Amino acid sequence: MTRTEFWQGNTACAEGALAAGCTFFGGYPITPSTEVAELMAAKLPKKGGIFIQMEDEIASMASIIGASWTGARAMTATSGPGFSLMMENIGFAVMTETPCVVVNVQRGGPSTGQPTMSAQGDMMQVRFGSHGDIAIIALSPATVQEMFELTVKAFNHADKYRVPVFLMADETVGHMREKILVPDSVEKIGRKPFVPGNPPFKVTDPDLIPGFPTFGTGQHVHVTGLTHDERGYPAATNPPLHAALVKRLVDKIENARDEMADYDIVNPEAEQVFVAYGGPVRTVMQVMHDKKDKNVGFLRIRTVWPFPEKALLEFKNAKRFLVPEMNLGQIAREIERHVTVPVVPIPKLGGELHTPAELAAVLEEKA
Amino acid sequence: MSYDEWFRTDRLPHIYCAGCGNGTIINCTLAAVDQMGWKKEDTVFVSGIGCSSRAPGYILTDSLHTTHGRALAFATGVKMAKPAFNVVVFTGDGDLAAIGGNHFIHACRRNIDMTVVCMNNQIYGMTGGQGSPTTPLKCLSSTTPYGCAEPPFDLCELATAAGANYVARWTSYHVKELEKAVKVGLETPGFSFIEVLVQCPTAFGRRNKFRQVADHVEFLKSHSLLKAKRDRLIDQGQPVPEDMFVVGEITKRNRPAMGVKP
Ligand SMILES: Cc1ncc(C[n+]2csc(CCOP(=O)(O)OP(=O)(O)O)c2C)c(N)n1
Ligand code: SF4
Ligand SMILES: [Mg+2]
Repeated sequence: MTRTEFWQGNTACAEGALAAGCTFFGGYPITPSTEVAELMAAKLPKKGGIFIQMEDEIASMASIIGASWTGARAMTATSGPGFSLMMENIGFAVMTETPCVVVNVQRGGPSTGQPTMSAQGDMMQVRFGSHGDIAIIALSPATVQEMFELTVKAFNHADKYRVPVFLMADETVGHMREKILVPDSVEKIGRKPFVPGNPPFKVTDPDLIPGFPTFGTGQHVHVTGLTHDERGYPAATNPPLHAALVKRLVDKIENARDEMADYDIVNPEAEQVFVAYGGPVRTVMQVMHDKKDKNVGFLRIRTVWPFPEKALLEFKNAKRFLVPEMNLGQIAREIERHVTVPVVPIPKLGGELHTPAELAAVLEEKA
Repeated sequence: MSYDEWFRTDRLPHIYCAGCGNGTIINCTLAAVDQMGWKKEDTVFVSGIGCSSRAPGYILTDSLHTTHGRALAFATGVKMAKPAFNVVVFTGDGDLAAIGGNHFIHACRRNIDMTVVCMNNQIYGMTGGQGSPTTPLKCLSSTTPYGCAEPPFDLCELATAAGANYVARWTSYHVKELEKAVKVGLETPGFSFIEVLVQCPTAFGRRNKFRQVADHVEFLKSHSLLKAKRDRLIDQGQPVPEDMFVVGEITKRNRPAMGVKP
């Protein structure tokens, strides 16, 4: 069963988190994400959960990792400046394989930039921003419905893959209001149970993911951001061990890219193909609707990281990939790695969506 | 149970230098923990980064060895999400008062129910002896080669002003007093802060005329001024010796606290 609501994107995100069983939110106010925190502050205590406003985003990230080890589904929400502060502890979550969800409602950067305007400038930061070789999962919603659904999915991915998962929204989708169908209940995929007796970070399954030894279950697990062995003990000067650990942390995500791929394909025979995620999806949809041209294709991506490169190959006749983004071409550069035909970035800075006319004009340009 | 049972014996030998005072502090803390009758599975040790912060790695409970300065923010997440846990934090002067200073004052303000033991060696031990926010004036370190020119923090005054329910200071000489103070800290709901002045022969003693470990411990003993005695001197209008530091129970009160056991 579903019910119909008329919600803001950020409301849908918070409601999605609550539906997914999030019981801990640690955050720090920042436009344009604050509504997520405010809604969690209002609703979590009534459901027996914890909302805590931390002293900064470094602490917010730390608090959700601490909460996660007690078994809680834990989350924070922020935007660019706060996201930058979270980077070190994001790396800690990757290294310690701590499930958690981070919402970034992107605004214009660099620095304080454009607090109330839309952007997608953090798409590479989310992938590579924390030091060392890491792999993470990032989902980008284009509708209020997806703010809800992808938040639920973020929690499931976080638990399943034991990794921080990012909802990379933008101000457009975060603050937009539209119709949403809210389900009575949502699918919840929990953490892989820990088999007592095993060393806590020993991996026996082909998915490279160890079971989760929740604090308080008598496992006496040591969790450290240092390079550690299967027991969780520091082993920071052992070169093969370090190499194997980092490789596993990256492979467990990269190997699952097909499983996690989430995209729609329109007009696979087309020669000109738009690729978009987040806010710009909406403008592309308008152009597709206006043109009704079988020769214009569209790849709409929801799981941006790991990047679903196979989806690009489904456009067998593609002569050009056109990539509207609210940045200077961050994902366009990723697409370039995977195709041999030209990739045309359509950057838009300033905080507003591309207009349909701007995208239509690119279609008319000679290749 | 004896407190030996709280150690991860499979992690020995430990990384501490010969003569390091940190082991003494860990012993006193675990002796107090053992007296509480706590179950290991209900107890979580948390720390940041530094020699002091390596302590949880040697203790046989769930343990979270986090990022530099952030232990209290991680511990806040653990304790708020699961108030039934006993949370004990080991930290150093750099970890707590430099990079982690903001988390420290906010954890005190929230008066969140945990016990924090700070091994204050007045230096950055792990990185080889740079000055810290508690390095005394004129002391030598690798980044204060002409003598420290910055006045230090008084961590206990800071914790008191920021709102901690229990605040005490002892040294690695005062093992019985320290054990007792940690126990009171563990028993007190809200934020308990125990600062322990501790010798670091490698990074502090060597540069600051403590040629022998015993010289430094002797200094800690002879320069400790009991709080009661200090208060008496003030009452009598007499001067308080400037080269001494106050030891004892500095604050004990019952402010509203967070994350207290159900
Ligand atoms: C963000 C960050 N900055 C710097 C360091 C390097 N670092 C490691 S330990 C340390 C100082 C530790 O001093 P203290 O907390 O007093 O602990 P001690 O080793 O003296 O016990 C520093 C600066 C780090 N690990 N992380
Ligand atoms: S450097 Fe100092 S604090 Fe660190 S282990 Fe050695 S003596 Fe102890
Ligand atoms: Mg120190």
